[in-house]
Amino acid sequence: MVPHGAAPVREGVFPQEDGFEIMGIIKASRLIFDYIRRDEEENIQEVDRAIDNLNVDIQKGSFVAILGHNGSGKSTFAKQINGILTPTEGTVWVSGMNTADENAIWEIRKKAGMVFQNPDNQIIGNVVEEDVGFGPENIGVPTEDIWKRVDESLEAVGMTAYRYQSPNKLSGGQKQRVAIAGVMAMKPECIVLDEPTAMLDPNGRKEVIRTVRELNRKEGITVLLITHYMEEVVSADRVIVMDDGKIVMDGTPRQIFSRVEELKSYSLDVPQVTELAYELRRSGLEIPEGILSQQELLDCLLPLFAEKFPGKITLDAKQ
Amino acid sequence: MSIRAEHLTHIYGQGTAFEQYALKDVNFEIPDGQFVGLIGHTGSGKSTLIQHLNGLLKPTSGTIYYNGEDIHGEGFSLKRLRGKVGLVFQYPEHQLFETDVFADVCFGPRNLGFTEKEVWERAKEALELVGMDRKYWEQSPFELSGGQKRRVAIAGVLAMGPEVLILDEPTAGLDPRGRDEILDKIRDLHDRKGMTILLVSHSMEDIARYADRLMVMNHGEKVFDGTPREVFEHYRELEAMGLAAPQVTYLTHALKEHGVPIDEELTTVEEARDAIVRLLKPEQAGSTGRQA
Amino acid sequence: MIRDITLGQYYPVKSVLHQMDPRTKLFGTMVFIISLFLADGLCAYAAATAFLVLAIRLSRVPFSFMVRGLKTIFFLLLISVSFNLFLTDGEVLAQLWFLKITREGLRMAFFMALRLIYLVIGSSVMTLTTTPNELTDGLEKGLGFLKAVKVPVHEISMMMSIALRFIPILVEETDKIMKAQMARGADFESGNLIQKAKSMVPLLVPLFISAFRRATDLAMAMEARCYRGGEGRTKMKPLHYERRDRLAYLFFALYLAAMAAARIWRLP
Repeated sequence: MVPHGAAPVREGVFPQEDGFEIMGIIKASRLIFDYIRRDEEENIQEVDRAIDNLNVDIQKGSFVAILGHNGSGKSTFAKQINGILTPTEGTVWVSGMNTADENAIWEIRKKAGMVFQNPDNQIIGNVVEEDVGFGPENIGVPTEDIWKRVDESLEAVGMTAYRYQSPNKLSGGQKQRVAIAGVMAMKPECIVLDEPTAMLDPNGRKEVIRTVRELNRKEGITVLLITHYMEEVVSADRVIVMDDGKIVMDGTPRQIFSRVEELKSYSLDVPQVTELAYELRRSGLEIPEGILSQQELLDCLLPLFAEKFPGKITLDAKQ
Repeated sequence: MSIRAEHLTHIYGQGTAFEQYALKDVNFEIPDGQFVGLIGHTGSGKSTLIQHLNGLLKPTSGTIYYNGEDIHGEGFSLKRLRGKVGLVFQYPEHQLFETDVFADVCFGPRNLGFTEKEVWERAKEALELVGMDRKYWEQSPFELSGGQKRRVAIAGVLAMGPEVLILDEPTAGLDPRGRDEILDKIRDLHDRKGMTILLVSHSMEDIARYADRLMVMNHGEKVFDGTPREVFEHYRELEAMGLAAPQVTYLTHALKEHGVPIDEELTTVEEARDAIVRLLKPEQAGSTGRQA
Repeated sequence: MIRDITLGQYYPVKSVLHQMDPRTKLFGTMVFIISLFLADGLCAYAAATAFLVLAIRLSRVPFSFMVRGLKTIFFLLLISVSFNLFLTDGEVLAQLWFLKITREGLRMAFFMALRLIYLVIGSSVMTLTTTPNELTDGLEKGLGFLKAVKVPVHEISMMMSIALRFIPILVEETDKIMKAQMARGADFESGNLIQKAKSMVPLLVPLFISAFRRATDLAMAMEARCYRGGEGRTKMKPLHYERRDRLAYLFFALYLAAMAAARIWRLP
């Protein structure tokens, strides 16, 4: 388990130790964020604490999933990372830059790209390739390089065949891949995906997750995936569960998924196999904690059956 | 009381270069009081199908009967039909427009021509049915959470007093808690009010948990129709269509292939647990009731 | 329903016209429209026809695709033709009660119809061969001189481009909202004008709310992708004239001169 609440850092100071960076690509320290509602006279009417003293450090190149039900603060945290929202208190660093520093904001947005929930509301271009080129155009990349970046990004998400199409003719999953390509064309170090699959059907969901996973593996992009679908986090390096603006669980998928009751108490689902394994364990069968896949559960169950029904069970892989 | 579709065919853009079969010779009957799940990937024709059932779309050919009457027959009032066959669309944002929740729910029954007193009573009853607390009734529907909006949208249709309730992916975009709340409410309506339910969903797990019967659409055709267990036996074909059966189905099939003597088709976690425990610990079976 | 609107719909093939600079195409369309108003007589219309046929051939867009745009102006066409046909004085060819058809009327109606049809097809050629983005780029650069008098040319063209992208989405959304309200017994057709206007409220409120929501989302997405106005932006598809554009301009000049000449010397 990764401990949170690391060593306190002085605000605005780049923490260094023996000349080496000691922090990951994204780091939040004692982060607090309040949504403030004001009435017509600008008097504060209501303060809603969305993030409550959050400390987190995300390693470069890792695939981190953030889980939580609606209103847990996970989307608010995502928007902190590329400076769409800035902290009420505390600090967020991206690649060593403080998001509250207005001079660094465009540099931060280049480094940390964002993909949003609704695929329709983030595509600007009327043609796929033009949309992918939108980001590089904004940051003043020379024309030739824009084309190179667009070609590479479309290739990386597997959308090259659709480059001359109108985004309106694509499926939801394809639109999200275009949005990801648009972010990739900015050459980011990190991509934050804020519930990118919430509006997609199961096929589209798989398509998007596969693409993101591949970018993480092949290009070494740090991925921060915000979701409430458990199946999508099974392959993450690290899972963070948020509730009520705080981090309540933090660990590898296996560690997290072995705590079924706790997950349920945060109104989260576990995949059917994980739940079944958990139930079987509770019924007294010898099954380890934190089963993630069907194959794992099968491998645990078959020896038990072989013992019970000698000679009838084939243990090796299926014919 | 039933909905029956006979040789239902719908072609979009007939006679143009974009001609496309959305529905191809679909036949079924939904008897009174059934809880039916409808599954299919995007573009399989399921949305087109449900819009036929309350007369929003007219079939290119084929007939729909409601209680034995042709809904496009002479003298049949489509408006009355829409009161009886309630259709709740996917996004509640598409129907909410009034300044407060209660007024919004009144819209449907008022359109059907009830007296103002009846309208109020129906709206009240509908909001209570979906479990909206009274403190929300005077709030703007736009300030509610996703799950609450969806309940108001359902209440808006329930207030018309439907016998059949069709819901198009009522859980899309909701988190697990919101999803369970909505689905439990729907089951409640089915069990307590005896309503016929047609639930369109992407989630096989949800359908397995709630529906008595499952219809699967693919390329505009109805490819499977039966109890969830019967349909999930075709998990390989389902997968080829881009639909996956529940994980438990895969697991039990894999167990069977290795020689484990499981006979029945298992679809939910509880069923699988009971079946496995029964085999491995027969002395314990029956005493593993699910603790809440 | 949405599919019938050809105007503003790009047809993706590769052709000389597709590759041409949008400013050239905008200018060419303007020249063509002016020439239609200059045209008066068979020779001129023959020249205009030749111009249009050439453009269509060069565009490699199927002719049937362009004709589809005519559906939207069918009634306009019918009205203008009948006005010209029945209400022009001159040598009477046939009379039906108070309606009389004159030789001049026939001629006027014919040319009027031709003019309208050419106008629509002519502008369709442009929109079918130019992506909306190129079009707005063309306008932005073509009208760039207005920046000097503080006209926000970049912002206007960005607005147009975004509007073009969201029109089909909002049309589809309107359709969905309409169905959702019809499922609640709403009636958008019957009743007098006031009732009809009132019945639009359940349609317009959700539509506006959705449009606002989309606008906020889009603004956030654009900012996240480092958009901060036209300053310091580079172009993925910068506009620059090539030989074919220079040739085209030369051709436009000759064509316009010929049409003007035909008018001045009153060629038949």
